[in-house]
Amino acid sequence: MVNQRSTRSETAVDEVVDEIRTFFSSAVGEGVPHPDDDYFALGLVNSLFALELVTHVERTFGLTVEVEDLDLDNFRTMNRIARFVRHKLSETSGGS
Amino acid sequence: MTASTALADAVAFARSAREEAGGWDRRGAIPTDVLDAVAGAGFLAVDVPAEHGGLGRSPAELGELCAAFGGACSALRGLVTVQGMVAAAVLRWGDREQRARWLPALASGARRAAFAATEPGAGTDLSAATTSATPTVGGLRVRGRKLWVTFGAVADVYLVLAALDGKPVAVLVEADRAGVTVEPIGGQLGMRAAHLANLRFDDVVVPQENLVGAPGFGLSHVVATALDHGRFTVAWGCVGLAEACLDLAAAHVGRRSQGGVRLAEHETVRALLGRDLVEASAARRLCEHAAELRARADADAIAETVLAKYAAARAASALSEHAVQLHGAAGCAQDSTVGRFFRDAKVMRIIEGADEPAELRLGEYALRRPGRSR
Repeated sequence: MVNQRSTRSETAVDEVVDEIRTFFSSAVGEGVPHPDDDYFALGLVNSLFALELVTHVERTFGLTVEVEDLDLDNFRTMNRIARFVRHKLSETSGGS
Repeated sequence: MTASTALADAVAFARSAREEAGGWDRRGAIPTDVLDAVAGAGFLAVDVPAEHGGLGRSPAELGELCAAFGGACSALRGLVTVQGMVAAAVLRWGDREQRARWLPALASGARRAAFAATEPGAGTDLSAATTSATPTVGGLRVRGRKLWVTFGAVADVYLVLAALDGKPVAVLVEADRAGVTVEPIGGQLGMRAAHLANLRFDDVVVPQENLVGAPGFGLSHVVATALDHGRFTVAWGCVGLAEACLDLAAAHVGRRSQGGVRLAEHETVRALLGRDLVEASAARRLCEHAAELRARADADAIAETVLAKYAAARAASALSEHAVQLHGAAGCAQDSTVGRFFRDAKVMRIIEGADEPAELRLGEYALRRPGRSR
């Protein structure tokens, strides 16, 4: 059971990264950052992007980004967003 | 109260305000009893959910209210805008205690809020803001100067953009704290009745719980949420303003004769009104589209709101200019309604994102559209 869950989670992370990469590529075109790049620091995104990203993540994965989720560790890179989404989703499913 | 009666009330209120708006503009202030009446009627922050003391109205209902107010008095619409901006920021990024403390008070109008971001060296580029928030005993020490704060002269609390250790922060600063200086502004081009003020914060100490969101997110998330909400209400206000100008122009040319010919009989006048109708209708549809996307929390809602605001402000600007032209000398008189709309409409192309940066954001939006389902 434990192994199965962990396998499913790994798959989910890849899907989440893919989904977020797609959103980034639609937002920044050719210059899609590496999953570990800090896209804010790289200046890749405009002043509307931060909110668009939050809204997109919420809608796509059916979760709510609360103010306590809003820290730099969660949103600076695509991989961190994916980890955050996985964590939020496991929180939700764990509670049900 | 149903949604439709709330809107009917707002329309009726706006109609009565229309009679007074010229006088408010001339005297440079909406009377405070009118500000209280707006709050008492439940017209502030109508989109705040019921669980936080609001009416839980949809974006479309909020929009219609702003159109009704915008068609009477842009300063009145500005009151709804600034209260809504601060409420939206606290609703989205406030913690449980901040929401409980501020949202019912903002929705009831018990507290008047204003948004303080612009500085002498930071307009469109708000990342250049130099107001500082420094950790100190008892919370944060705020120091800096803010300009063009709509309803800043009568607000009880300001949502202030500052920097903490170089990171953007959004801080609620109550107007009655020691070190807050309010300098009312008069004689500006438009929005004359909107109690504009410049603010000075001289080492104003606020408790830590006045910080909204974590350091680093004050601009990209908290202030951005406020501005996004502000763009939406300004856009709808512009729709109302544009439609009011079209109505006034049509009524005038139907009445006014020169050389034995009604102005409405001139083909050029009819053609102009036809083009204006298209612009006003298009602006309204774009605002409705933005409202639908906001209602379902679509990520495109933010860019579509920029688009709607850009189009509506330009429509308001163009139609008010045409209305002044058609009114002739009467349009230039001190008490001219279309003249007031003309001055206010120009301001709409600057506030909550001027035309030029909006075009750049929209260009980026255009570039990423291909391949995205709509």
